[in-house]
Amino acid sequence: MMASKNHRVVITGLGICAPNGVGMTNFEEALRAGRSGIQHIKELEELNFRCQVGGIPPLNSEILEQNFSPLELKRLSAKGVMYGILAALEAWQDSGLPLPNPDDEPRWQWGTVFGTGMSGVQTLREAIYKTDEGKVKRLGGSVVEQTMPSGISAFLSGKLGLGNWVTSNSSACSTGTESIIMAADHIRQGRAEIMLAGGCDADGPYVWGGFDAMRVLSKNFNEAPTKASRPMAADASGFVPGSGGGALVLESLASAEKRGATIYGEVAGGYVNSGGQRGNGSMTAPNNLGTQKCISGAMAQAQVKPQEIDLICGHLTSTMGDVLEIQNWSTALGLKGKDFPKINALKSLTGHCLSAAGAIESVAAILQLKQNWAHPSLNCQNLHPDILAQIDANCVVRETEVFPMQVVAKSSFGFGDVNSCVIYKSWKL
Amino acid sequence: MTEQEIQDQLKTVIEPYVQNQEAFENLTKETQLMEDLEVNSAHLVDIILDLEEAFDVEIDDEAAEKMLTVGAALNIVQELLNAKD
Repeated sequence: MMASKNHRVVITGLGICAPNGVGMTNFEEALRAGRSGIQHIKELEELNFRCQVGGIPPLNSEILEQNFSPLELKRLSAKGVMYGILAALEAWQDSGLPLPNPDDEPRWQWGTVFGTGMSGVQTLREAIYKTDEGKVKRLGGSVVEQTMPSGISAFLSGKLGLGNWVTSNSSACSTGTESIIMAADHIRQGRAEIMLAGGCDADGPYVWGGFDAMRVLSKNFNEAPTKASRPMAADASGFVPGSGGGALVLESLASAEKRGATIYGEVAGGYVNSGGQRGNGSMTAPNNLGTQKCISGAMAQAQVKPQEIDLICGHLTSTMGDVLEIQNWSTALGLKGKDFPKINALKSLTGHCLSAAGAIESVAAILQLKQNWAHPSLNCQNLHPDILAQIDANCVVRETEVFPMQVVAKSSFGFGDVNSCVIYKSWKL
Repeated sequence: MTEQEIQDQLKTVIEPYVQNQEAFENLTKETQLMEDLEVNSAHLVDIILDLEEAFDVEIDDEAAEKMLTVGAALNIVQELLNAKD
């Protein structure tokens, strides 16, 4: 049974602030060309990190001055929040929605679920130093709004006059994908017409140090940064930390049609769960059964059969988890060898953007779906033998490929054994 | 510093926080920071920090609470500067 137009959710705007491209034009160019945004980070080397490479969005003063007033720039130092705002404003403008005047009534049918991890950690660090020196008075008026987890959604509601649900979710590396599912469900329930969904996270030693200490980051390619992120490769041995923001404007089909918006695709279904840190699951590893149930759940809501999936935009971080992920997809779909769908890993180009990852990767997934091409996964010419034991080598997109797409699946998995999976369908009138 | 110099520097400090440009262009000593210039209350805290930095003075809470108009701000800064000399 086809859901009514108020209960179908479509994507009408995309925005991006990624290590390999700020703004959709740059990002698309980078994806088509297979251009990596990973670079050597001097600060990490100076601080004795094992991993001395990372992905940081290349911001310049022109981009900042276009999107922020001088006062906003003066009061804003939280980089994650900045990345989130840049992505969100681009998605909003892309969707053709107006930027309201300060005197306008709040838009009661417009809201946001915009997730984050440690967006304001640098700002918090400075505040902690001042506080410890007995200079609490010198913190100023902008510490709270930049360091509270809901800082990003609070900023966005002010900029866009959002009067519906305004919140920030946080579920580690599953955050970005989860935000899209939460926002889409809210629209499906008939509680809002338009929801801005997305995720953002900051970069630098204070965000990445804990991961370095756990020895989960890449350390063998410090002299060759663009080779460091190698999802699915035989010698993948750690992820490359990244940062940024990704944003999607989600809208009920009725609202999108009413205002004649350009539709990128449909959020056909999604599922969020946890493996409960049981079985082979733990704080850092997903329980296979949980992952498989998450994938199956998303497909059930989307009413999509495994054979209909044209492309999987995996979580695929460039760790040993990649082998397990492919195995779980294969089991959940009941497809292996040549029958397995095409699959690629954006993290080979951006690094792992943590709480922003699912949103950045969803923006990439929808772009590929809309335009019928798939970006290459870098550095996996030599696929892991345990992956080759499950799927055909040609399933992995290693050169930009053009083929018709109807259905793209996107998954994210995070610390705490949390999973999310979303199914995007192409939109054709 | 002359009164004029103090006034000019004060204007420079306040300017980025002003939301009503018209009121700022017609600034007098009676101009209210919040009502007329539409300075956000959270930003008042930052104006005080910026004034402390600009004039190298310390503005205590009692003085800060009195800083409702441009004239009051001028007087407070002037007094602190005089106390320094």
